[in-house]
Amino acid sequence: MLEIRNLHASVGGNEILKGVDLTVAPGEVHAIMGPNGSGKSTLAQVLAGRESYEVTDGTVTFEGHDLLDLDPEDRARAGVFLAFQYPVEIPGVSNVYFLRAALNAVRKQRGQDELDPIDFLAYVREKLKVVDMDESFLQRSVNEGFSGGEKKRNEIFQMAVLDPKLAILDETDSGLDIDALKIVAGGVNAMRAKDRAIVVVTHYQRLLEYIVPDRVHVLADGRIVRSGDKSLALELEKKGYAWLEAGVAR
Amino acid sequence: MTRSAAESTRTPFASLLARPASSAPLWLGRLRRDARKAFDDQGLPAPGNEDWRQTNVQPLATIPFEPAPASPGADLDGHPLADLAPIRVVMANGRFVPKLSRLDALSAGVRVECLARTLAEAPQTIEVHLGRVAAWERHPFAALNTALFDGGVVVEIAPGTTAAAVHILHLTTRVERPVAVFPRVLVLAGAGSKATVVESFVSIGPEVTLTSAVTEIVVDENAQLDHVKVQAESDAAWHVATIAGRVAKDGRLASHNVSWGARLARNDIGAVLDGEGASCHLYGLYLADGTRHVDNHTWLDHAKPHCPSWEMYKGILSGSGKAVFNGRIVVREGAQKTDAKQSNKNLILSDGGVVYTRPQLEIYANDVRCTHGATIGRLDEAALFYLRSRGIPARQARDLLLHAFADDVLGKIPHEGARAAVGRVLFARLARGLEA
Repeated sequence: MLEIRNLHASVGGNEILKGVDLTVAPGEVHAIMGPNGSGKSTLAQVLAGRESYEVTDGTVTFEGHDLLDLDPEDRARAGVFLAFQYPVEIPGVSNVYFLRAALNAVRKQRGQDELDPIDFLAYVREKLKVVDMDESFLQRSVNEGFSGGEKKRNEIFQMAVLDPKLAILDETDSGLDIDALKIVAGGVNAMRAKDRAIVVVTHYQRLLEYIVPDRVHVLADGRIVRSGDKSLALELEKKGYAWLEAGVAR
Repeated sequence: MTRSAAESTRTPFASLLARPASSAPLWLGRLRRDARKAFDDQGLPAPGNEDWRQTNVQPLATIPFEPAPASPGADLDGHPLADLAPIRVVMANGRFVPKLSRLDALSAGVRVECLARTLAEAPQTIEVHLGRVAAWERHPFAALNTALFDGGVVVEIAPGTTAAAVHILHLTTRVERPVAVFPRVLVLAGAGSKATVVESFVSIGPEVTLTSAVTEIVVDENAQLDHVKVQAESDAAWHVATIAGRVAKDGRLASHNVSWGARLARNDIGAVLDGEGASCHLYGLYLADGTRHVDNHTWLDHAKPHCPSWEMYKGILSGSGKAVFNGRIVVREGAQKTDAKQSNKNLILSDGGVVYTRPQLEIYANDVRCTHGATIGRLDEAALFYLRSRGIPARQARDLLLHAFADDVLGKIPHEGARAAVGRVLFARLARGLEA
């Protein structure tokens, strides 16, 4: 589903990604772990199409298409979803209006009819349950005044509404207490499906107790330095990242 | 800042000033003479005039404006700004056009009539108000209007009356030569009344015109008045307007000022809070696209204690549009517990847009709270990316953010029909400018 080959990316002239290789198949959950500054969030943003990151080399293929050639909205409509580490507050735009615009843009791409406000409301009510959110959430401005936990739940809620093929969760566990973490993880697990791939980007092993990955990769200094199964996450928890970084530094 | 007419101009508006204006009753004659003198003394604001520093109206001196001819009006069917309220008064080139007006839905207790008729039949009902609220002594265009206004409208809401919204449509029709119109409106909101008055300024043709308008609003005790102004004149029009309010004890005035027309538009909008508990909201939204120049000078005169005021002016600039905002707040001696909040936010969508923004606070009381803030910025890139990352196309994402920006002002327009129509026309205009 997703093929990343030798991906290099820079921001403001600094090379952050220095040759990332990654293959993700449908139905799989991959975890990308790594210390701060290793390029985890850059990778997530590059996949979503953030323009301030410059891809200098390499390829990303999503379901056979050149992902890097697509605008951010076209990536979303092709089925890529990024749950932001820092969801953006948009005062004056209600969640419900925003989501309907987004869903209809995605549906249009899939050749489906746009949903009218009534059908849309029925549809999103179901999805609210996934993350245990109250309906009043819909009328609030996008992320404005939301607590950290509410913002992260809103990301997972959006993911449930848009029903992507590939979901990338960027530090979705950061800033969450254990109850919120369980809700968010429950939402993600409910989305696991054999035709959907999920990439979980995280610093800590904690989230992976709730979202159990098929594969774990360690990103350090812009490269994937080790891959393994879920036991790799436990090993990292015990040993920290230093033993891997030491290897990278040569 | 006074200067003689000879010093600052080449006898502007000669043919307008040569025409005698009606001078009965006696007090009106006196008012006109004084106003004429005030105009002659002030002249057309020169570049050195502090209140007009960023706004050059000197070119007006070279345009041979003539009085606007009488007009039967125009076909208003389908015009997007023709139906902003159930009651409609159409003034074409400054004159009342009965056949285009719709007065049958007028609420009991509401008087809407031609100023000329009021002056002929019951001048004593307006003598203490007309020319007493707007400070024409210090504003050359308000003085000019006071000296020369011909047609005009009086809206009077009886005490305790809740009135249906009244729309005054100021229309400039096709003309062969440059013309000037001097619309005059007087709104009297009786004690405990509640009403909305909408004024729209619309050009039918693309010709060079000057609109120099004055609206005076008297809000009595406990009355609530919403005034909406929509300025959508042609790209060749010059538009200068004064809207002045006086608010009595516990009265509330809200001004909604939306502007996207004219080559140059200047508004002087404000109110005296003249009784304890009086309040005022000033909302403004301006679009300066192309080579347009929009200048909003607002003022709030806190004359009595315990009065709150809120002011929010927002601007969207594109092309090489230029916007000026000057927000003056005066807190008089003894006006303790004044609570005044002022905000001016500007969104610049092009490299050529320019904004001059300035708060001007004069505080003569010691127990007050006055806050002000101004921002000038571009569309939030992070927000745009966030919206696009959810599948929303770039242009739609931009429009969503622009709507959200404008909605803080547009959303406050109390009459839904007016709110929707104004939003539609404004955003169509904005989109045209951005895609051009």
